[in-house]
Amino acid sequence: MAQAVHEAHGADHETSTGLPNVKLGMWLFLASECLLFGALISTYVLYRGSIGEGVHPIDVFDIAYTSISSFVLLASSLTMVLALSAIQRGDQVRLRLWLMTTAMLGMVFVGGQVYEFTSFIREGMTIKTNVTSGAFYTLTGFHGAHVTVGILMLLSLVVLSGLGRLGQERSQVVELVGLYWHFVDIVWIVIFTVVYLIPAGTAR
Amino acid sequence: MRRKLWLVMGVVALAALSVSCVSNASQDALKPQGPYAQEINNLFTSVFWIAAAIFFLVEGVLVLFVVKYRHRMGRTEIPPQIHGNTRLEIAWTILPALILAGVAVPTVATIWDLAGKPTGDVMHVTVIGHQFWWEYRYTDPDMKTASGNPITTANVMVIPENKTVYLSIEAEPKDIPVGETVIHSFWIPELAGTQDAVPGRTNHIYMQADHPGTYWGQCKELCGLSHANMRTKVVAETATDFATWVAAQQAPAARSGDLLAQRGAEVFAGGQCILCHTIDGLQTAAGNPVAGIGGPNLTHFASRDCFAGCTFRTNPDELRKWLADPPARKPGAAMPNYHLSEDQINALVAYLLSLN
Amino acid sequence: MASVSVPAEGARPRGLLRRPTATTGVWSWITTVDHKRIGLLYGATALLFFLIGGTEALFIRLQLAEPNGQVLSADTYNQFFTMHGLTMIFFVVMPLSAAFFNYLIPLMIGARDVAFPRLNAFSYWAFLAGGLFLYSSFFLGGAPNNGWFSYQPLAETSAGNGANFYAAGLIITGLASTVSAVNLAVTIINMRAPGMTLFRMPVFIWMGLTVQLLLAFSLPIITVALFEMLFDKRFGTHFFDPKTGGDPVLWQHLFWLFGHPEVYVLILPAMGIVSEVLPVFARKPLFGYQFVVFAGIAIGFIGFGVWVHHMFAVGLGPVANTAFAVSTMIIAVPTGIKIFNWMGTLWRGDLRFTTAMMFAIGFVGLFVIGGLSGVTHAVVPSDFQQTDTYYIVAHFHYVLFAGAIFGLFAGLYYWWPKAFGRRLSEGWGKAHFWLMFVGANLTFGPMHMLGLQGMPRRIYTYPARLGLGFWNLVATIGAFTIALSVLVFLANVIVTSRKAAQHEADPWDGRTLEWTTSSPPPPYNFEEIPAVHSLDDHWHRKYAEGKGGTLVPVPAGGADHHAEAQSGGHGIHLPGPSYYPIVASIGLPIIGYGVVYPKLWWLAIAGAVVLLVGLYGWALEPSAE
Repeated sequence: MAQAVHEAHGADHETSTGLPNVKLGMWLFLASECLLFGALISTYVLYRGSIGEGVHPIDVFDIAYTSISSFVLLASSLTMVLALSAIQRGDQVRLRLWLMTTAMLGMVFVGGQVYEFTSFIREGMTIKTNVTSGAFYTLTGFHGAHVTVGILMLLSLVVLSGLGRLGQERSQVVELVGLYWHFVDIVWIVIFTVVYLIPAGTAR
Repeated sequence: MRRKLWLVMGVVALAALSVSCVSNASQDALKPQGPYAQEINNLFTSVFWIAAAIFFLVEGVLVLFVVKYRHRMGRTEIPPQIHGNTRLEIAWTILPALILAGVAVPTVATIWDLAGKPTGDVMHVTVIGHQFWWEYRYTDPDMKTASGNPITTANVMVIPENKTVYLSIEAEPKDIPVGETVIHSFWIPELAGTQDAVPGRTNHIYMQADHPGTYWGQCKELCGLSHANMRTKVVAETATDFATWVAAQQAPAARSGDLLAQRGAEVFAGGQCILCHTIDGLQTAAGNPVAGIGGPNLTHFASRDCFAGCTFRTNPDELRKWLADPPARKPGAAMPNYHLSEDQINALVAYLLSLN
Repeated sequence: MASVSVPAEGARPRGLLRRPTATTGVWSWITTVDHKRIGLLYGATALLFFLIGGTEALFIRLQLAEPNGQVLSADTYNQFFTMHGLTMIFFVVMPLSAAFFNYLIPLMIGARDVAFPRLNAFSYWAFLAGGLFLYSSFFLGGAPNNGWFSYQPLAETSAGNGANFYAAGLIITGLASTVSAVNLAVTIINMRAPGMTLFRMPVFIWMGLTVQLLLAFSLPIITVALFEMLFDKRFGTHFFDPKTGGDPVLWQHLFWLFGHPEVYVLILPAMGIVSEVLPVFARKPLFGYQFVVFAGIAIGFIGFGVWVHHMFAVGLGPVANTAFAVSTMIIAVPTGIKIFNWMGTLWRGDLRFTTAMMFAIGFVGLFVIGGLSGVTHAVVPSDFQQTDTYYIVAHFHYVLFAGAIFGLFAGLYYWWPKAFGRRLSEGWGKAHFWLMFVGANLTFGPMHMLGLQGMPRRIYTYPARLGLGFWNLVATIGAFTIALSVLVFLANVIVTSRKAAQHEADPWDGRTLEWTTSSPPPPYNFEEIPAVHSLDDHWHRKYAEGKGGTLVPVPAGGADHHAEAQSGGHGIHLPGPSYYPIVASIGLPIIGYGVVYPKLWWLAIAGAVVLLVGLYGWALEPSAE
């Protein structure tokens, strides 16, 4: 993703579709990512009902807690939009503010996930416990890693802006990171629904 | 002209096909020996001839075009620029689709036919794939041994002729410590098609032999180092011979009067063999039955003319070599080299060969 | 165009390193972002791997030449056939196709480079890193030995590190291919010359687009499966472990959901090449262009819905088997359409049998065999006999060797003069073709018989009683015939390189845009981006189509393009070379070693740091100096 930052500025020239290359590339990349999460979610769904030994995810879920951290992540999509609008207006201060806020919200989410994982492990559900726990940690872990990459990109943008290298003419870079960030949010909505909410209603 | 080679090769291929039909390859899918393999072969044969017709048509036209439209010396004019022909396109879309629909009908019918539940007088055998040998359990109630267990053999499956055998195919159960639980695939081409032995699943397949005889098969799914050595055979016998065989298998292991064989029984019962192998009727020094798990049941070892995944013939020479160092004879074999002495090996060979 | 970046004159470079400036020598190749050079790197690497994978095949054939062969041990044999498959698929056919795509996509659509030139370099280096990483396993305790499909739980439970190298190595090359797929797809969609509408694109470009989309949507699936496998081995999860509730069949679903589209990833580029070569040497337009294009797209699309035909014997039940038998038969229809249209192209043509044309016709003739045997696999009960036998080996070698490799060789002979300014020798070329044609049929033809006569796949030995000795010996002789043909090809390359370059811009009287520019093309490809007015634009600049399809040459105007190139391309700014793609890609195998060896876990962190340094340096690199 970071590599797109540079090539972004050349892409405003006319293209066959009118869409900048970087944006088209990002859309294709995210489409590809859909399949990645699709396969991970499928694996989890397959193993959700498994009656292996030990503690299962649904035994330890704290829906209220995860709902709050999900809300935090969703809120970060809003601040991301505000950051983009800031750079489009040329408002570097607000740009940094909203980028930083978005990154902070992301960090709260990832921190919450780390806390959630450690409390699950304390309650006896490690990645090795059974197939369901392994699928749970792998799926949510992959998502967490994506959020972390997003945070890194956001912080990099903050630094770039601080160095004066993220002028208004490069708003597309922020837009790209925003696309990625929204995608990661949307994926989380799916994961949260499938993993946390749906099995809550079904008895194992 | 250069396409002539093509025709020659086609003819050679056909000749090869006919040669193969009379060759004595002993696990030949083209030589079905029972109704289920026959049903598959009939389907294959008809599809093959349709394919062969298309093959000769397409290749014939290709060769014709190559010869007819080849560049002639001195030609400078540019050929007519034909961009396509919609009617032709529609024709060669619909025609193959129709042919394929014609192929699909018997295909689907046969799929469902072969997948049906057994009815009538059917024998049940459970086939279990181990690294690297096949175990057979005769699960019908009239096939129990004196000790109440199903008749259990390895490597050689004996069946009656003209009787449908319904196989339940499984991989080694997960709690068996010997060898890894992996996927195998059971295949006796002259009697039936393939089904995989997948851990945690039970697959089914029908098998029947029209005549007494020996039908070879082997594991088809890569299962480790000795995948190639995971062979097996089905021996079909007449109803009376089969009844005799069943009676013999139901009896406990033979007790030989031969001194060396008796010594071998002691070596067997006193050593590591009993961890994995079962011999009905043999007891350890402490008086426990010899009933190990994970290795082939050896109660009637000598009644089977091959061992170790049917890789070796059952005779003193092969047995001696095997006992001296199993993994050297069969890569990846679960049975380790116990560094038996010459005397122990001789005794064990005598004992094992007495178990008919 | 994104690639034509505009440097601010005199701007102070603010990257970590100065941008490299070498235009010749080793460093110019290491830092290049020119799609043509990257294409050549892909091609050379793929041919090198072709020799390695071919050598493995020769050992396999020596072992099987007669019953009870003693050339290789069981373990070495399993390593060789596994690496042969992995090499030929991931490190020969895919990168050789990538070589053509890289070199030709910008030239054929009238662009100066791909959409993301540095990303392109990264794809190549990461692919190479993945290949070297996987091959290093031979020296580190043994290569993967569970087949290219690596069925679980066998691979997970097998001793040694081979399976870890398999998973980590394929994740790296998969990443390289995904990135490259996005890059090339964007290039095709977005960077076409003015007038180059979708239906004026050459079929090769259409197949390129289809392949990139197939890759982008199938690779993530295998990536997930590989991670799950790696987690099972490294972190003790149970995804494919039947002992604790895991399902080994899940691996098969994920693997073949990738694996079958992958088959079309391997064959569609060759189909695209053949669709370019046949019209040029028949001196006719491709018959039914739109149908060929739609058939290719249909193959790609349906290719995602046939994966269970690899699993008919798994026991998924008659419903699944019926559905996938039908879908597999359906995919034969567009395949047939392509073959018939190629034959329609030959019809009434003026066929010139250059080596490229012979390989292309050889492709059509032999691919028919692979296609027809493919239909017999769709007949599920028949597949119950053929699955996992040499009949299958015969089938997919007719598709992937007599198909893909023949098509790719057609491309090599056809575009060689464009890339190097010299035609490969036709004499050596024809010897190459005939040896390879005879060799392929000698090797893979008998395998049909072997499979039907009861020879399973992946066996390192077979007893004499099966009567398989004769055809196995024939196949081995055939394999060495193929090896000889490859030596003839190498000799051809050497002989040709010693001849004086001709620099013919348009040696074959070609039809597509790449023939308008000089041979080899200048770094900027085109002096001026051509304006496209029709399909086969270059042809129509040379010939006007009269009534009834008769042609008259256009007297002047179109054919003397290389005259334009004399001005040297002043004022065209190309993306500068860069160190960072190779730096970033070097991080990947370092992470890989850290994952494979738990005791060297810190390598994973070190590799990640290298990767990050590469990416940050990349992102902050000034556009040019």
